[in-house]
Amino acid sequence: MMRDKIARRVAQVPPSGIRKFFDLVANVEGVISLGVGEPDFITPWHIREACIYSLERGYTMYTSNYGLPELREEITLATKRDYGVDYSPENEVLVTVGVSEAFDLAIRALVNPGEEVLIPEPSYVAYKPCTIFAGGVPVSVPTRAEDEFKLLPEQLEAKVTPKSKVLVLSYPNNPTGATMSKRDLEAIADIVVEHDLVVISDEIYDKLTYEGKHVPFAALNGMRERCIYLNGFSKSYAMTGWRIGYALGEAEVIEAMMKIHQYAMLCAPIMSQKAALEALRRGNSVVEEMRQEYNRRRRLIVKRLREAGLECFEPKGAFYVFPSIASTGMSSEEFAERLLREEKVAVVPGNAFGEGGEGHVRMAYAASLRDINEAMSRLERFLSR
Amino acid sequence: MDKKEEILKLLEADARLSAAEVAKAVGLSEEEVAKAIVELEKSGVIRKYKTVINWEKLGREKVAALIDVKITPEREHGYDAIAERIMRFPEVKNLYLVSGMYDLSVLVEGNTMKEVATFVAEKLAPLPQVTSTTTHFILKKYKEDGDMLYDGEELRRLAVSP
Repeated sequence: MMRDKIARRVAQVPPSGIRKFFDLVANVEGVISLGVGEPDFITPWHIREACIYSLERGYTMYTSNYGLPELREEITLATKRDYGVDYSPENEVLVTVGVSEAFDLAIRALVNPGEEVLIPEPSYVAYKPCTIFAGGVPVSVPTRAEDEFKLLPEQLEAKVTPKSKVLVLSYPNNPTGATMSKRDLEAIADIVVEHDLVVISDEIYDKLTYEGKHVPFAALNGMRERCIYLNGFSKSYAMTGWRIGYALGEAEVIEAMMKIHQYAMLCAPIMSQKAALEALRRGNSVVEEMRQEYNRRRRLIVKRLREAGLECFEPKGAFYVFPSIASTGMSSEEFAERLLREEKVAVVPGNAFGEGGEGHVRMAYAASLRDINEAMSRLERFLSR
Repeated sequence: MDKKEEILKLLEADARLSAAEVAKAVGLSEEEVAKAIVELEKSGVIRKYKTVINWEKLGREKVAALIDVKITPEREHGYDAIAERIMRFPEVKNLYLVSGMYDLSVLVEGNTMKEVATFVAEKLAPLPQVTSTTTHFILKKYKEDGDMLYDGEELRRLAVSP
């Protein structure tokens, strides 16, 4: 008999709820999917073309571990221009293989075994497993629909212990569409200072904010040195498959992350870095066009969900709605499974996003107006049965 | 962007959207949208609703040619009188006054090459103000009015992703 092959740290993490649902959807024909966590736009042509050109010119080699100097320069310029936060392109930027890698690096660079990572839930599915893989202990902090899924200081305070080290923020939020205003964030910053926490702020949806102005956590007074600021190109420039993102922070922490990155990844692919450079230099008008299109879809889907009788917090950012399905008496998995089988509409059960997600489903409105309309008509039929 | 512009953008991409559908996307009532559309139609901002058709797929190949036309402009009328005369021919699909080596750029469409050639020889070239014509037959259409006429690009997303 062979001993346990798989490390306990890995074996203890259950398989992804989204993965399970994906397998289910793959077996049904003619599905309208609102289960997709990526834009329905293809990367703008000028960005693709810039990558093709760079290949023609022979850019096929490793880059600096930190990333191409001109890309780091452009990232810091954009961050300063958009939000007034200043980072040095020399040693305060790390170009990564998507924000996913950046998050993993940040957690591994910060967390000692047994230290606690505070994760507001419902949340993106990777934070908890990455924390466990790094030897940390994830601690869920609930957020609720009646509070617009904002992280409230008292909810956070209640979960802080002497072992707390890191707080994860991700606004605009996947799956709820919640955002945090400057004032909301300031209340959190007080707790961060009081308990000497480090914040990992995943702001991948920053450009997709529909009400109010996005404020990066690092822009708050005194938070730059306590924050690792993560962002990338996947959502705003429709570049998910390129796997390209970045981390910004003080030199000490960026260097620590780079230490892991240089041995695990070496560098982000040069073709993706070249494309990202083009996106930053000439992609802004396209971002705004896509944002306006998402905004139209957001209004449509919220309206139709409410007409169909589901209670629904109106999302302020990202491209998800997270309606409550409590009124149906079904669990989120049962709801999603039956909606798929009976009406061929794919949504993601809320329990995939942590404890607070039960009683909800996530619908992505990164789909055409026509598909959204058709999906909502099918949903109405499903609910009136 | 103001609401009128948003309505126009939606209709430009899909003219078959109903007022109710447009209303939900722009956050107005159905009546408000219907009223705005009527106004836009009346004021001529919306000229008409058309369908982009790839006739080749039906096997119904039309023949089109771009014709460079040199003109002797007329006293008092410049190019306008002759342009107005040319644009009344139903064979003429597009007509532009352009700068450069020639004056009018005319897109002519017909059922056969002979039809187009006859139009040029018997109607266009004999006009007294026309000093010369150069006819370029269109061999293949790649993009028309901003729409690509081929199926090379499609969305390839997984059905469910985090």
